[in-house]
Amino acid sequence: MTSFLQQAFNGLVSGSFYALLALGLAVIFGMLRVVNFAHGALYMLGAFGAVALGDSAGLGFWWALLLVPLALAVVGTLLERLLIRRLTALDPLYNFLLTFGIALVCQDLLRMKYGAQSQPYERGPFPGSMDLGLFDFPRYQVFVLAVSVALCLAVWLLLTRTRIGTIVRAATERPELTRAFGIDTGRWVTPVFGFGVGLAALAGVLAAPMRAVNSGMGSDLIITVFAVVVIGGLGSVFGSVLAGFTIGMIQALGNLYVPVLSQTSVYLLMAVVLLVRPAGLFGKEEHA
Amino acid sequence: MILGLLEKLHSRPARIRWGLLTAGLLVALGLPWSLYPPVATDILCWGLFAVAFDLLLGHAGLLSFGHAAFWGSSAYVTGLIAIHSGLPFYVAVLGGAAAAALLALPIGFFAVRRSGIYFAMVTLAFAQMVYFIANQWGDVTGGENGLQGIPRDLPGVDLSDSFVFYYAALPVVLLGLAAAWRIVHSPFGRVIAAVRDNSARARALGYAADRYKLVVFTVSAFLSGLAGGLYAVNHGFASLQEVYWTTSGKVVVMTVLGGIGTLWGSLLGAGAIVRLEDWLSTSGFEETGLVTGGVFIVVVLLFRRGVWGTLTHTLRSRTRSSAPDPEPHLEHDHDDSSQPVSS
Repeated sequence: MTSFLQQAFNGLVSGSFYALLALGLAVIFGMLRVVNFAHGALYMLGAFGAVALGDSAGLGFWWALLLVPLALAVVGTLLERLLIRRLTALDPLYNFLLTFGIALVCQDLLRMKYGAQSQPYERGPFPGSMDLGLFDFPRYQVFVLAVSVALCLAVWLLLTRTRIGTIVRAATERPELTRAFGIDTGRWVTPVFGFGVGLAALAGVLAAPMRAVNSGMGSDLIITVFAVVVIGGLGSVFGSVLAGFTIGMIQALGNLYVPVLSQTSVYLLMAVVLLVRPAGLFGKEEHA
Repeated sequence: MILGLLEKLHSRPARIRWGLLTAGLLVALGLPWSLYPPVATDILCWGLFAVAFDLLLGHAGLLSFGHAAFWGSSAYVTGLIAIHSGLPFYVAVLGGAAAAALLALPIGFFAVRRSGIYFAMVTLAFAQMVYFIANQWGDVTGGENGLQGIPRDLPGVDLSDSFVFYYAALPVVLLGLAAAWRIVHSPFGRVIAAVRDNSARARALGYAADRYKLVVFTVSAFLSGLAGGLYAVNHGFASLQEVYWTTSGKVVVMTVLGGIGTLWGSLLGAGAIVRLEDWLSTSGFEETGLVTGGVFIVVVLLFRRGVWGTLTHTLRSRTRSSAPDPEPHLEHDHDDSSQPVSS
């Protein structure tokens, strides 16, 4: 029982990363119809950003958590303005290919600078663990889980309770109609992209103290996250977040009971979902 | 392989067509004289892989991001047959390609339920599953070490010389290319194009669109498998690299660089990328993703017709001043994605 709960907790923690990345992918896809392949690379840059700030400026974790997502959000807006925007009128697949190219370039640039070895990051806060009776919770991982849940809730409230959220949701579902009401949807495209990138970078900073920081850390993660958003329903924020946490749990528990299937379980689940609900569990079937 | 020129240049005099076909065959025959023979064979393999991929992307409008699954699974199966059976390598390669086609049936069955960007993500995810299986099933695949010591068996011929092996591999590749050309220019190929351009209309005409997509997906996987099997025999081993997603990305960049939907452009794209990577690795530069990624960005932003597409476009607009060619088409069937938000 203890090991079950322990694994379930670990699953929620890795689910935190899936959820944060899937959330960013979902809002970006909703607003721009771009599936951002570079999302994993931006997560990786977030982790390296924390390492670099620590090495060069001696800035600790909290500064990194504030500065790195902001800086990468700015990079993201530039990316959208200078490159992605040029291809929006074309088939969405071109932007998929463009962001794939960007991901490869980012990954190898970091490999040139840092090599293939993992970088140590010892500046994480909350060392040690706390005893809640069942087992010892590593305190930092409890923090990661709390931050992730809080951010997902905040984004959900932002989307459902504020005027900006209303505009973004309207533009996502009926771009033409929204524009016909005199709302300049184009104004929101760049900030939404920057915001999604910022979330990925933040996930990267959160990962730095507990994961191996290396140039390949984003590329394997992003493919799992793609499966997560296919399961949750691409464009559905709620579905992406829920699927993120669920799949984290399934992988961790699978690791406990059927280790062979642990890594492939997410793809098996994706196959089942495609069979039953091709648009994903919470996605809507769209017809142009 | 240059048979395709017949189609591309059907408005040109027959002399030129035959001239180009002959020139293409001469290049194919002379390649190992001017290049290090194993690299020449690599170009053959990647060229066939890219053509098989363009059959799917350019002609069926389906961007698979998981074609490494077929190239790689065939590399492993081909290797296993060659190591354990002692049969001629042709049989091993054929067996590998058949295995790739078999694998394509379930993957395609799920993938063709979605189109566009979803299709890309679903194929990518399934290919990653194949990667994990290859990684974990170490008893059979060798895991991290890969499958070593794949022989080049052919009764009566000594294929240990890479120069000789090139000419043994060439017929397989030429047959594969001819098959791809034949499929595109068959009634089946026309239906595929109709499904690509407007699947709702094709369905209304009575064609089972999803079944056509599945067939072309499987054929593409079979041809990719031929290429991957030859590649494994050429190198004498099959590694996890063959089933990794960067391999899927590499074949996409070759096709896009050559020109989507041009079939023969893919050969040029493959040749260019293989040469470039060979040159980089011999000069000690390891970050090939930097170059592949850079090529991706430049081609997608500035050069969407690709080499061959630009060439034929220029030729055509010079010979007739008719309406300009449209941009190459990927997916016309916007089942999944509504219009993008433009600002």
